[in-house]
Amino acid sequence: MKKILVVDDDPYILMSLEFLMKKNSYQVMIARNGTEALETINTDRPDLILLDIMMPDVDGYSICKHVKSKKELKNIHVVFLSAKTKEADIQKGMDLGASLYITKPFSTRDLMKKVNEILV
Amino acid sequence: MSQFFIVACSVLYLLLLFLIAYWVEKRNKKNTNKSWIYALSLAVYCTGWTYYGSVGRATTNGPEFLSIYLGPSIMCALFVPLLRKLLRICKTQRLNSIADLISTRYGKNYTLGVIVTLCCVIGIIPYIALQLKAISASFHIISSQHSPVHIINGNNDTFVIAAILSLFIIIFGTRSVDASERHEGLVAAIAFESIIKLIAFLAVGIFATYYLFDGFRSVFNAAKEAGFDQFFTLNKGLGNNDWLAMILVSMLSIIFLPRQFQVSVVENTNEKNIYRAMWLFPLYLFLINLFVLPIAMSGKLLLGSSVSADTFVLSLPLNFNQPLLGMLVYIGGLSAASGMIIVETIALSTMLSNHLFLPFVFSLQKAKFNDEKSTVHKIIYSRRTSIILILLMACCYNKWIASSTSLVNIGLISMAAVAQFAPATIGGLYSKMITRQGAITGIVSGFLIWFYTIIIPNVVDAGYLSTDIMLYGPFDIFWLKPQALFGMSTQGLLAHSFFWSIFFNLGLMILVSMCTSATRQEEYQAELFVNIYKYEGITGGPGMWKASAYLSDVSSLLTNFIGKTRAENLLSSYAQRHKIPLTNKEADPRIIDFSEKILTGVIGSASARFLISNIAKEEEISIDKVLSIVKESQQVLELNKELKKKSGELTKAKGELTEVNEQLMRLDVLKDEFLYTVTHELRTPLTSIRAMSEILCDNPEMEEEQRQYYLEGIVKEIERLTYLITQVLNLERYESGRQKLHYAAVDISLLIKDVLSSLETLIKGKSITVEFIQPSSMILVQCDEDMIRQVIYNLISNAIKFVPENAGSIHIICRTDIDEMQVWVSDNGKGVPEELNELIFDKFFQAKNQTLQKPTGSGLGLAICKRIVEMHQGRIYVEQVLPQGAKFVFTLPNS
Repeated sequence: MKKILVVDDDPYILMSLEFLMKKNSYQVMIARNGTEALETINTDRPDLILLDIMMPDVDGYSICKHVKSKKELKNIHVVFLSAKTKEADIQKGMDLGASLYITKPFSTRDLMKKVNEILV
Repeated sequence: MSQFFIVACSVLYLLLLFLIAYWVEKRNKKNTNKSWIYALSLAVYCTGWTYYGSVGRATTNGPEFLSIYLGPSIMCALFVPLLRKLLRICKTQRLNSIADLISTRYGKNYTLGVIVTLCCVIGIIPYIALQLKAISASFHIISSQHSPVHIINGNNDTFVIAAILSLFIIIFGTRSVDASERHEGLVAAIAFESIIKLIAFLAVGIFATYYLFDGFRSVFNAAKEAGFDQFFTLNKGLGNNDWLAMILVSMLSIIFLPRQFQVSVVENTNEKNIYRAMWLFPLYLFLINLFVLPIAMSGKLLLGSSVSADTFVLSLPLNFNQPLLGMLVYIGGLSAASGMIIVETIALSTMLSNHLFLPFVFSLQKAKFNDEKSTVHKIIYSRRTSIILILLMACCYNKWIASSTSLVNIGLISMAAVAQFAPATIGGLYSKMITRQGAITGIVSGFLIWFYTIIIPNVVDAGYLSTDIMLYGPFDIFWLKPQALFGMSTQGLLAHSFFWSIFFNLGLMILVSMCTSATRQEEYQAELFVNIYKYEGITGGPGMWKASAYLSDVSSLLTNFIGKTRAENLLSSYAQRHKIPLTNKEADPRIIDFSEKILTGVIGSASARFLISNIAKEEEISIDKVLSIVKESQQVLELNKELKKKSGELTKAKGELTEVNEQLMRLDVLKDEFLYTVTHELRTPLTSIRAMSEILCDNPEMEEEQRQYYLEGIVKEIERLTYLITQVLNLERYESGRQKLHYAAVDISLLIKDVLSSLETLIKGKSITVEFIQPSSMILVQCDEDMIRQVIYNLISNAIKFVPENAGSIHIICRTDIDEMQVWVSDNGKGVPEELNELIFDKFFQAKNQTLQKPTGSGLGLAICKRIVEMHQGRIYVEQVLPQGAKFVFTLPNS
């Protein structure tokens, strides 16, 4: 069973994503902020991270950078979910090695399809 | 006294003059005459007539003689602008005589030059003759031991005197062909002569007043006792009208007598010289007239009527055994007369040569001037011939025509003759309407009337005509009687003549001018004369010639007249000054113009124009064009100034625009950011709503409790969205000014408590201590309650947002004074850095500075607060709180 980490500071989004992932038979871990996310990544390595960017403590970019810079974490897929829609922001995310950059608001059906494709 | 001694003294004196002239010429290479020399040379006005004749006139007419000195003094003192303008014109156009001036003003016209020259010769020759007579007579008085009853007429020795003087004039007057070139030496000699005659006259005056009598009072008393009333009254002899006529005539003569024109204009180097002459010349006239009355009185008292009053000056010292003083007086008289003869002859000869002889010679030769030497010689010979001719004519006049006319009368006659030039000249200086035909008619008619009313009576007196014409008029037409034209008989011969001649002169000039129109050449000259000061400093002067002359032709023409070296020097220095290349085949128009001016100095303007037009393909540009060129060059200067100012203004405006533009760009960027922020803010609740809705939709089998939870979430997020949109719209409304304020008396304390209770959940959630320090009494403020509530709500919820969890504390103070009510909201959060004190009230501030932090508000709260407070005429600001935290203050005015 593949493990997915969902990181977002908005409780409703977090809740919705958790429900979705579970329903699609993934093992789900959640983090309400960046610090929690980093802890979880290090202790319980996920296969994929659904990552928000704007968080009060550590932002999504830094988390992605951290993941991609570590040899043992490099293979974790990072999918950004962000309200930042500027081209430059998207480019920055992709440059950091993310598999996908999805802008909010998104379709949960599309998201599921894409996550499934990545984790096949 | 032996004749030999006197002749020797005379010759020695003249030799001294030669030496002075020679020495000054040698030494003074720079063309600068000192202003006092200039002023003294003007005293050439005082001739032998003044020297001997004033006493004569005073003896018969009393103080009337003074009028001819009053005129020049008035002119000097009051008419400086006229003199200055005249001087400026003559200098820029290189004019060297009154004839040249008038002919140039009216289009460089030959005829006018000839007319003026002839008038001058006819009018002045008797005057020169008179001076010769004065010298000869004084010589006879001093050489014969007994006093002659009359000045001996028509003696041959005037020829000898004339011969000696003509030699002097030829040597120093025709040294250079350029008549406009000044005669420095000659002027110095004239100034010296002025000093000598003044000293001599003062000496004899002092002798008569203080040696023969005991001062002014004693002379005057003696005269009174002897019953010589004429010394004290003005009504004797000629009438009252003559007073005014004499003053007017002499005023004009100081400019129009050829010798005065010569010294005051032609020989002057510096306009500023006028300013010293303004007072020095009248002072000179005052001094030389100081002793006229005492001398006349003592002569009359001591010598009686056995001696001619005209000779008192000389007879007094001789009769009282003062031969040396007599000698001094004789030399003084010689100075006065010779000075006048020299300058007058030079001036007349220039006119005669330039306006009569040379045009004649040139037209004979059809302007073939291939030989430089012969042309120069021709000019010099022509001028020398003129000098000899003039003096010869004067001698002949003495021998055959000179009547018993008193010395003073002849002087006045000449002055009245040259006064005829005044209307055409002065009119031409100040008005452009007078035409050539008008000037000619005026001068000719004025001169004819002068001749008829002054000369004819004299000719009758001399016995050449029957007295019938005086008594009954010509052909018995009584109203044409020379001394009572049109039946108007005045007591004064001069006043009568002057009135009618100037009346017709002026009247006909204006009349004819109105009926005729000026040629282009005339219009052009008129513009140059009338508006002379306008053309100051314009390079090379505006030329009438439009190209089309070969440079070689121009330079060879100049060479013929002034010699190769001088021509080359003048041309190259002019070209250098005005940066004109001399390599082109075609001559620059300015070069042609300049050459014409040089030639004008040598041969007069009419001849110069004639010669230049021979070599230049005449292509006169219209006066309008010339004037527009001139105007353009003036306007360019003004335009330059204006442009500089404009450019400065533009630079300033550009700076302002750049600033505004930058501000706009900043605002534009901010607007973009705002939009981005707003949409960004909208995205988060939208995301939740969409995700939850889709889940509800896709999972009908969900448990009821969970479903309820999702639905509540959706409702909350929609509320959040609504709030955000409301705030954006509110701000937009406040900023556009569409929002109306609903004023009411509001209890601020109550309002604050209200807000605090609505925020209670949040405060409790973060365990924040809130302290509200209430005012002692109720504060009522006129304001819009809903809007002020927003302000208080935003400030407190901001404070809640930034204070640390569990340790947060918020203080709220409300206070009032006469002017305003204040609300403080301070917290112990992270505070606001000082440099952001202003910026945080910008509506987009948060977007810019919290990109990495999810904003917990709309980012519009403070902007809205600021807007609302400002709408209430209040202030809002933030301060630092020590050790940590921010204090937001807003005020509302109490009135």
